[in-house]
Amino acid sequence: MPERVRVKAMMPPGHVRTPAYLRGKTGVIERALGPFPNPEQLAYGLPAPEQPLYRVRFTMSEVWGDAAERPSDTLDAEIYAHWLERL
Amino acid sequence: MPHDHHDHDHPHDHDGLSPSGHPYRADNDAPLSYWQRMEIAVRELMIEKGHLTADQVSAQIDTMDARSPANGAAVVARAWVDPDFRARLLDDAGAASREMGFDIGPLHLIAVENTAQVHNLIVCTLCSCYPRNLLGLPPDWYKTREYRARAVREPRAVLREFGLDLPDSTTIRVHDSTADMRYIVLPARPSGTDGMTEAALAALVTRDSMVGTGLPRQP
Repeated sequence: MPERVRVKAMMPPGHVRTPAYLRGKTGVIERALGPFPNPEQLAYGLPAPEQPLYRVRFTMSEVWGDAAERPSDTLDAEIYAHWLERL
Repeated sequence: MPHDHHDHDHPHDHDGLSPSGHPYRADNDAPLSYWQRMEIAVRELMIEKGHLTADQVSAQIDTMDARSPANGAAVVARAWVDPDFRARLLDDAGAASREMGFDIGPLHLIAVENTAQVHNLIVCTLCSCYPRNLLGLPPDWYKTREYRARAVREPRAVLREFGLDLPDSTTIRVHDSTADMRYIVLPARPSGTDGMTEAALAALVTRDSMVGTGLPRQP
């Protein structure tokens, strides 16, 4: 079974690379991409500890609800580990 | 059309239009933005301090301008004719592109494959991430808020506007380049191309077919 995760629904200020439209949404890990420097520090020239990065696959029905064109179409996005909670 | 303005001293200056009837473009002499001033200041300091030369800056701009979708098309055509290369491309597109001699720098590239059942579409909702090292500069529409917002919300409607009406039996996978990866679509090889050379196949591969907003040309 693919690992299910939920994107944390937090709204911190500053440079973040987790799109607002995916916050709070549930998906599955499509693949692990390895560790990358956290852009939330990197963007400001600060020491940026590495965070594991994942490709997470969401269904369009999960992201857009009844407004989805075709519910089982999918959307993949790269999300850092500190934005994900395992379900 | 008769002249209804009598105060013109130039017979062709109709309502601010050129003699050919097009509006004049405003001169680009607005004050520099903060970032334009910053770029000029850093560049001039780097040159003054001897870290690089103006020639090197120009050469790098030439290098960036020389990248074109032909690079990506060569990679796609190789994958169509060489099953082992296709497997390596889908496993690690960066390494496979380097193997063909394309300098893609530190780019982390993922190739996503179109099949009879799946169509892939690339977007960057947060900014304009694009596989520039393989496809060159992104088209202007790729960077618009409209494409970025609609590609994730109503990809089928967007694709129809690009002339691609996919059947409901095809699953669409949209890839939002939110972080460190860049994406290229490996389109399906068109039918009727058996026996074509790799170079002839590459000529069928359009930029849009590698972004997912189009399909390769038919021979």
